[in-house]
Amino acid sequence: MTLTAIKRSLVDTAAGPVPAAAAAKPMLAAVAPVAPAGSQPTGPIAVVATPIVSSTHPARPQSSRATKIGEQIGSILASVLPSLVVVALLLAVWEIACASPKASLPAPSKIWLEAKDLIVAPFFVNGPQDIGLGWRVLTSLQRVAIGFGLAAVVGILLGALVGQSKWAMRGLDPVFQVLRTVPPLAWLPLSLAAFRDANPSAIFVIFITAIWPIIINTAVGIRNIPQDYRNVAAVLRLNHVEFFWRIMIPSAAPYIFTGLRIGIGLSWLAIVAAEMLTGGVGIGFFIWDAWNSSRLSDIIVALVYIGLVGFLLDRVVSAVGNLATRGIQAS
Amino acid sequence: MIARIDPKAAYEHEIQSTTAVGKPFLKIEGVDKSYTRGGVTNEVLRDVSLTINKGEFVAVIGHSGCGKSTILNMIAGLTTVTHGAILLEDREVNAPGPDRAVVFQNHSLLPWLTVYDNVKLAVDKVFGGVKSRSERHEWVMEKLELVHMTHAKDRRPGEISGGMKQRVGIARALAMEPKVLLMDEPFGALDALTRAHLQDSVMEIHARLGNTAIMITHDVDEAVLLSDRIVMLTNGPSARVGEVLAVDLPRPRQRLELVNDPRYLAARGSVLRFLYERSHYVEAA
Repeated sequence: MTLTAIKRSLVDTAAGPVPAAAAAKPMLAAVAPVAPAGSQPTGPIAVVATPIVSSTHPARPQSSRATKIGEQIGSILASVLPSLVVVALLLAVWEIACASPKASLPAPSKIWLEAKDLIVAPFFVNGPQDIGLGWRVLTSLQRVAIGFGLAAVVGILLGALVGQSKWAMRGLDPVFQVLRTVPPLAWLPLSLAAFRDANPSAIFVIFITAIWPIIINTAVGIRNIPQDYRNVAAVLRLNHVEFFWRIMIPSAAPYIFTGLRIGIGLSWLAIVAAEMLTGGVGIGFFIWDAWNSSRLSDIIVALVYIGLVGFLLDRVVSAVGNLATRGIQAS
Repeated sequence: MIARIDPKAAYEHEIQSTTAVGKPFLKIEGVDKSYTRGGVTNEVLRDVSLTINKGEFVAVIGHSGCGKSTILNMIAGLTTVTHGAILLEDREVNAPGPDRAVVFQNHSLLPWLTVYDNVKLAVDKVFGGVKSRSERHEWVMEKLELVHMTHAKDRRPGEISGGMKQRVGIARALAMEPKVLLMDEPFGALDALTRAHLQDSVMEIHARLGNTAIMITHDVDEAVLLSDRIVMLTNGPSARVGEVLAVDLPRPRQRLELVNDPRYLAARGSVLRFLYERSHYVEAA
């Protein structure tokens, strides 16, 4: 799965609406979405034809609409096909390796027979503990949403403080550096003792896992705000709140989103482990429960679910980041 | 600071304010600047004194590293003065503010805001309590019109050329309606043709609005073409005002007509002589 994910992210840039322009000149791709709407009807190419850009990038010949769609389908196939081939190959190797009756792990065909209901119907409800994996994933996602959301807000504020103030950095940074090395699950006994309930404890573990990369990246982003922007703010006499919203957050946004992306990945890693220990309805507990009743096929299906959801979470945060920081990257 | 839109009236006003003796508007009095780092003190400027009248266009010229930009930053309030004082309308300057708007060398537009929003940010901040929403919009558009940038108002800085960015930087500074317009090598990073265009724009705007302006430059022609007086700094460390030259050319000035004008050539000659003879002498001393 990871391999596929990397492959896909590598080729994703080429699969955008203007494959050639996007791949060859990232600048142009960033220009396209904010081009004045009514200027010229042909979209991204029109930007290339405006005087400023055309002096450096001559307009390329326009292809007809039909060939463009053909090219698009071709490029999508080119990006998806290799990963599909690899997955098929892996499944085949796995099938052969686990084909003998004495194999300790189930082969793909056996998983399909044993856990078909879990694969084809993510959202069934047969009883309080017999529900589809989709519901379990949603329960886990809800915990991640709360824990990660809190971590994002607190992390960005603390990061801004540490990045902006020399004294806050000297005081807090060593503490952060020590605390961030504590593994997520090591916090669990303490949080269980403090909250006396499984659900808030799991959320706390998410929070404490995700917050460090957010704090550290935000602080680096704030420290890297160019002096020019600070001068502009000084001449305009922006107050602290205005400076935070108008200069700090937009300028540090690429760094903040890097932190958020690392944070969401860590959250998803931690929630599964935390739920194994705290029980309840989440996907992590499902795996532990399946292990206790020797349903290996169910575990493998759950792993695929976790991988896919983790990949989706990463892509969502990264897409939001790209959208939010496109102005900064274009300059 | 008078911002009249009628060009003729504004131009007459400008002539009055530069030709009349006028009371000093901006005073730099015996300013020293030194940086202390790790117990070592480096003196950048020593005993710089200068008086600038309202509506005057002053260029500060000198070799690179002589502290030209430091003077400008001190007037802007971005750098503190070590000794001496800077007075604007008899008030000491000790913090940055929109009454001394700066056109930065590298434009310093905020890349996540459109051209319009970059100017709007300044207008909202300076006139937020004074002008209504629609008045502020009009004000922004008027300043963009002044630098001929209304066509690109919805673009982001990353999508426009260097010369256009600098135009927007000028519009943003003008939009604050500053008492003094400070320009720190505003055209240093531009090619010669774009630079000439922008110099003409600055002259035109100066004629229309009659701003008091201080421009840091290392370009002799630019200094002579644009300014009423040229302040020449000796080489650092411990740079001081070496010479002040009044440029006695009538306005409006035309670049091409001046090429053979003896007064222009004389002014240009004396600045060049200063830069290549006198300030070398100081360096050797």
